[in-house]
Amino acid sequence: MKTLADLKKIREKAQEEMKLRGGNVRIKIVVGMGTSGIAMGAREVMKTFLEEIANRNLTDVLVTQTGEKGLSSMEPVVDLVEEGKPKVTYGNMTPEKVKKVVVEHIVNGRVVSDYVVATGN
Amino acid sequence: MSLKRIDLLICCGSGCVSAGAHKIKERFHEVLSAKNLANEINIIETGCMGPCDYGPVMVIYPEGIFYKKVSPDDVEEIVNEHFIKGRPVARLMLQDEEDKTISTQKEVPFYQKQVKVALANCGYIDPESLDEYIATGGYEALGTVLTTMTPQNAIDVIKKSGLRGRGGGGFPTHMKWQMVHDNKSEEKYIICNGDEGDPGAFMDRSLLEGDPHRILEGMMIAAYAIGASNGFFYIRAEYPLAIKRIKLAISQAREAGLMGKDIFGSKFCFDAEVRTGAGAFVCGEETALIQSLEGQRGNPTPKPPYPASQGLWGKPSVVNNVETFGNIPTIFLKGAEWFASMGTEKSKGTKVFALTGDIRNTGLVEVPMGITLREMIFDVGGGIIGGHKFKAVQLGGPSGGCLTAEHLDVPVDYESLKERGAMMGSGGVIVMNDEKCMVNVAKFFMDFCVDESCGKCSPCRIGLKQMLEILERITSGNGKEGDIEELQRLGEAISKLSLCGLGQSAPNPVLSTIRYFRDEYESHIRDKSCTTKVCTDLMHYEIDKTRCIGCSLCARKCPVSCISGSREEKYTIHQMPCIKCGNCLEVCPVKAVSKVPGMHPEVAAKRESEAKLSNHHDE
Repeated sequence: MKTLADLKKIREKAQEEMKLRGGNVRIKIVVGMGTSGIAMGAREVMKTFLEEIANRNLTDVLVTQTGEKGLSSMEPVVDLVEEGKPKVTYGNMTPEKVKKVVVEHIVNGRVVSDYVVATGN
Repeated sequence: MSLKRIDLLICCGSGCVSAGAHKIKERFHEVLSAKNLANEINIIETGCMGPCDYGPVMVIYPEGIFYKKVSPDDVEEIVNEHFIKGRPVARLMLQDEEDKTISTQKEVPFYQKQVKVALANCGYIDPESLDEYIATGGYEALGTVLTTMTPQNAIDVIKKSGLRGRGGGGFPTHMKWQMVHDNKSEEKYIICNGDEGDPGAFMDRSLLEGDPHRILEGMMIAAYAIGASNGFFYIRAEYPLAIKRIKLAISQAREAGLMGKDIFGSKFCFDAEVRTGAGAFVCGEETALIQSLEGQRGNPTPKPPYPASQGLWGKPSVVNNVETFGNIPTIFLKGAEWFASMGTEKSKGTKVFALTGDIRNTGLVEVPMGITLREMIFDVGGGIIGGHKFKAVQLGGPSGGCLTAEHLDVPVDYESLKERGAMMGSGGVIVMNDEKCMVNVAKFFMDFCVDESCGKCSPCRIGLKQMLEILERITSGNGKEGDIEELQRLGEAISKLSLCGLGQSAPNPVLSTIRYFRDEYESHIRDKSCTTKVCTDLMHYEIDKTRCIGCSLCARKCPVSCISGSREEKYTIHQMPCIKCGNCLEVCPVKAVSKVPGMHPEVAAKRESEAKLSNHHDE
């Protein structure tokens, strides 16, 4: 390390590794991981999100989880929470649908209305 | 790019480690790998998070959930419920006074009045990771100083910030730097004083353990400002983890090119090494510390010459405390004005304190200067435990003094505390409830100072021993009229005549307790009574015959067989042979035994007649 620019490079990479601890988050993906969600494959859904985000190097997206959301018939259920926008809830998710949501909603900013089961709080 | 979705921060400060943090960490590794979750969850060991009383503690991100008193048996539940199902375990969360559950770290009241500057990363980053320190802005201050400032510019920034030494004395940091900067010597040294020895103080240890790179960066900026290219960390051997972490930080910085030759492309070269102290309290005094660094016996030397002109190996040296260095990178990153906007007129910034004693939230806190003692003890510290009343607070350890309830609204800054007979000291705060005997507290600190006196100068070596003997006499019931005045006379003389800071300040605990609790000294001497029932010679045990059921349990448990009686007559304690062990009080099923202040009249009469007899012999 010889210059401040070198330091900045390391800092940016390290901040990326620490993004879970707060900081620069644009979209939060909340996967419902209650018993029925897990039974319907929520773990696979969450894993796919993590993989897709990693593959695309999306540094400002956070995956987290919550408990039973009450929509048992539509599990796995996933919320996309974006600062300043109404919450979007997707239902009956599968790894295939996740890939589409990542491309359309997260990357291009277009809600995939076919999978949406609710919006707002 | 990782697939991690949870950062699990386990506090591995010394408090939590002794409460079992490492076992919990191992258990997490076991459970997570058994459930195939190891690649989704980051387990990070951090430095002290502060609320040591609740240890072992942990924080789980991204939510910031705070768990207290976690045991290895809780791990499986945390993994199953929180990590897999996303349902945080409410049972392990903190409850507030109205039994409401506090889930996240930022809602914990303990943290709310705190402002973290030196401790900003403690409990937030992995202290063994250089990258994590850099992620929080680490080494940017150093890079900026080296590439855009002259040494004099850097000193001016510190002058503007108003930073004063955090080790106790409160000497303006920029003045020390300026003196060494102005010295034209070829060789100069920068020294970090990590010889923290006050009973109950653990600020420096936590900083060195929790954020070692910050201290190193602070030291390097100081070295640049004064023109030194060698640094020494003097850390006491009782802090093995701190030593290990700072050594690791040094080797990481060397490897990354942050230390060595031409740092950040400038002409500045620097290297540092660690020296361990052998556990002498006096080595925290800067001249004794320098002697010890040179390989001599750790004895202080007269000042002047000050270390700034003739320090280590006769060369100009700056000795700064760990916490002082801890503030420096942030001052350069956020600006001197920002730092100076906190605190009072003469005391700027924040101060780290170690809260201990009869208080709800014992632990490590950082508060802005000028906060009142009341806010620190009752809001941050959570008040006194066990339904007792606040009696006194001891600030500054063996060099400091006690303040009372009437001082609770005193702002915490260097001058206000000194005016009232206490001192900021390095930051140890011992809170005492109404069950503490102040004479005994003074005796404890005096005993410590007698033990730790290096013996070089006679006021400290002989005078303190005299003071201790008087205090022992008073607490054992042999105090006499004039003892208080004699303590004051000795104390003042020792303060004036001792060679170094240890001796000069050692009488403070006695003088301040006489100032604020003179009535306690008087009742010990005149009435032979310790109202708090701490001094065993000045209290006795009694059995209330109206309550006694004659079960004989106390008589059977008495190690010296001084309790006699029967079911009909009830039981009585014979005061002369009683050794005041307290067994009878513990075993009594109906609470008929109680502690009574004052020497029992029988014992007092016997002692008096013995004293007369021995006087007679002397004549």
